[in-house]
Amino acid sequence: MMEFSIWDLIRNLGVGAAWTLGLSLTAFVLGGVVGLLVLAARVGPWPRLNRLAKAYIVVFQGTPLLMQLFLVFFGIALAGVDVPAWLAAAIGLTLFTSAYLAEIWRGCVEAIPKGQWEAAASLALSWGEQLREVILPQALRIAVAPTMGFSVQVVKGTAVTSIIGFAELTKTGSILANATFQPFLVYGLVALGYFLLCFPLSRFAARLERTFHARSH
Amino acid sequence: MLVRIDGLHKHFGANHVLKGIDLRVKEGEVVALIGRSGSGKSTLLRSINGLETFDDGLVEVDGERLHADQTDLRALRLKVGMVFQQFNLFPHLSVGRNVMLAPRTVRQTSVAECESLARAMLAKVGLADKFDAYPDQLSGGQQQRVAIARALAMQPKVLLCDEITSALDPELVNEVLATVRQLASEGMTLIMVTHEMRFAREVSDQLVFMHQGRVHESGDPKDLFAAPQTAELAAFLGAVG
Amino acid sequence: MAYQFDFAAVWAYHEMLAQGAMRTLALTAVGAGIGVAVGTLGAVVRAWRLAPFDRVFGVYVELIRNTPFIVQLFFIFFGLPSLGVHMSEWQAAVLAMAVNLGAYSTEIIRAGIVATPRGQIEAAASLALSRFEIFRHVVLRPALQRVWPALVSQIVIVMLGSSVCSQISAEELTFAANFIQSRNFRAFETYVVVAVLYLLLALLVRQLLLWIGRRFVVGRPAT
Ligand SMILES: Nc1ncnc2c1ncn2[C@@H]1O[C@H](COP(=O)(O)OP(=O)(O)OP(=O)(O)O)[C@@H](O)[C@H]1O
Ligand SMILES: [Mg+2]
Repeated sequence: MMEFSIWDLIRNLGVGAAWTLGLSLTAFVLGGVVGLLVLAARVGPWPRLNRLAKAYIVVFQGTPLLMQLFLVFFGIALAGVDVPAWLAAAIGLTLFTSAYLAEIWRGCVEAIPKGQWEAAASLALSWGEQLREVILPQALRIAVAPTMGFSVQVVKGTAVTSIIGFAELTKTGSILANATFQPFLVYGLVALGYFLLCFPLSRFAARLERTFHARSH
Repeated sequence: MLVRIDGLHKHFGANHVLKGIDLRVKEGEVVALIGRSGSGKSTLLRSINGLETFDDGLVEVDGERLHADQTDLRALRLKVGMVFQQFNLFPHLSVGRNVMLAPRTVRQTSVAECESLARAMLAKVGLADKFDAYPDQLSGGQQQRVAIARALAMQPKVLLCDEITSALDPELVNEVLATVRQLASEGMTLIMVTHEMRFAREVSDQLVFMHQGRVHESGDPKDLFAAPQTAELAAFLGAVG
Repeated sequence: MAYQFDFAAVWAYHEMLAQGAMRTLALTAVGAGIGVAVGTLGAVVRAWRLAPFDRVFGVYVELIRNTPFIVQLFFIFFGLPSLGVHMSEWQAAVLAMAVNLGAYSTEIIRAGIVATPRGQIEAAASLALSRFEIFRHVVLRPALQRVWPALVSQIVIVMLGSSVCSQISAEELTFAANFIQSRNFRAFETYVVVAVLYLLLALLVRQLLLWIGRRFVVGRPAT
């Protein structure tokens, strides 16, 4: 058994936390981009695509993130490509994030009065222009708080990628717990790490929510 | 003929809302649509610029035809402007930007040109000084005049107005009516749904009385007001005074 | 050569999958039962600002909501034994789910309680109902009614999250899947089937709980 000082633990966990942060940011940004496409498919004037996007959202919200990661991991492997864990993790978490963000944003888009679409439409704006110029700028205002709130779920979601072998904070913690025989301390530190990442985000989201409500009443 | 509507039918589920509407509007003509609530006035108006689909019939505006199952509405909407009861200004844009948006995105006019166009349109409705204000800083009457300026900036061939004074406090109605009257005198083609009977009589060239999804009676407003031919119109005019 | 899908290799284990699904349901039922009970208690304590317990629940809620479920699970299963608290895989899984749901439902139910109109309580008090009766009939039940759909969503989320309990060898649905794919070497097919099973479970549990909500929480027969 190796000797680990508490500082060794913290340093190693810090590296894991950096990967957690990197994966979270990647999934959040890419998930946002894909989510915007899913949103467009979900609310656009194309009935078939609407149903498809709806099914996409139901599937990703109705199955465990772990299954999604397994399916990405083993699905790509079927094509004979060896997938590194980080890539499977990034793809899986991006898809997961996109479905949730699309659904959150759909709520925001639908909160915009129908008259706004109609006014834009009667000015001969195309559907895309209506969305881009009139609806999204307004929906964005209401979307900020719940989107920030969901970022906490993304950070926590990254912990599941430890199971497919991505060496983020939880995986690093598991390895250290086994090596040091100090699971209580190590998992305590791991939890603390997540808390330090998530708590400010939660607080920020809650504050945005309050200021938004204060302004709109 | 600027606007031609032939045999327009529309159902909302089992509810047969438009039962074969025929309407002709000449260039420069002002048409007032009147009728009881639920008679299909808004539905007819909204069919003319494709906000409402219809099941059968034809709409033609300045040579642009619209069929029952058509999805490409751009060409038609370039010729048809619309003003709504609830103004529907874009709250995230300044008054000037509201007016500039469509010329900018749809016609891709340069910013400088759009701006001078917007200023001209706002001046026309008497709001030149509100260019940088936001919609929520304006009174209802001012907002509605901005909405008119916004529609005019696309230089439509015909302007549709759906009860554009109904959401206004009584003391603000006249400023909007004055704007419409001015447009009419400048030769703008207007189709307006209105409950302002006196205004309809003064300004319109053709009065169309809708009843249960049909054009029940139409013609010269002076004649119709003086001597309604049908019992329904007589009753309606009696009721609204 | 294109990959040949072989779902028969998964069907061969259908009994094991059915058993896994039942266990996931059982885990969810027990975890959700305890979790909602904890949440109700926490909500009352928080809504009524019962010092010092409101602070305790406040910290609990923030700690749980800002850390991943899997870390909570590992902490309970691997960490607590160092303090002499030993548990079976099953007990740890149930405890983790209950603790997790307890925190979320504290906040959900609290929102429902806080939304109780003042007039309702005053009206009830003027009818000479006891404080407990007022609480039960005028505060808690309407609060649960208000937030029941949110609570149901959260229970479904916890059920789907229980998938990671396979990592401490709690024998639920994902555990069964992991076992099966190690035998039939058909990982993709196995996980597709199991993902579909989870989806069905999620829809089923949601409908069932919404029905229960209409039938029992609202307090009048479903129509
Ligand atoms: N989106 C809709 N879905 C279902 N039915 C509708 C819809 N819009 C209108 N209707 C129905 O169509 C009929 C005509 O409505 P419309 O709005 O055209 O009447 P209107 O003459 O404009 O009445 P009002 O004076 O009240 O504005 C009514 O019976 C109305 O209930
Ligand atoms: Mg109407």
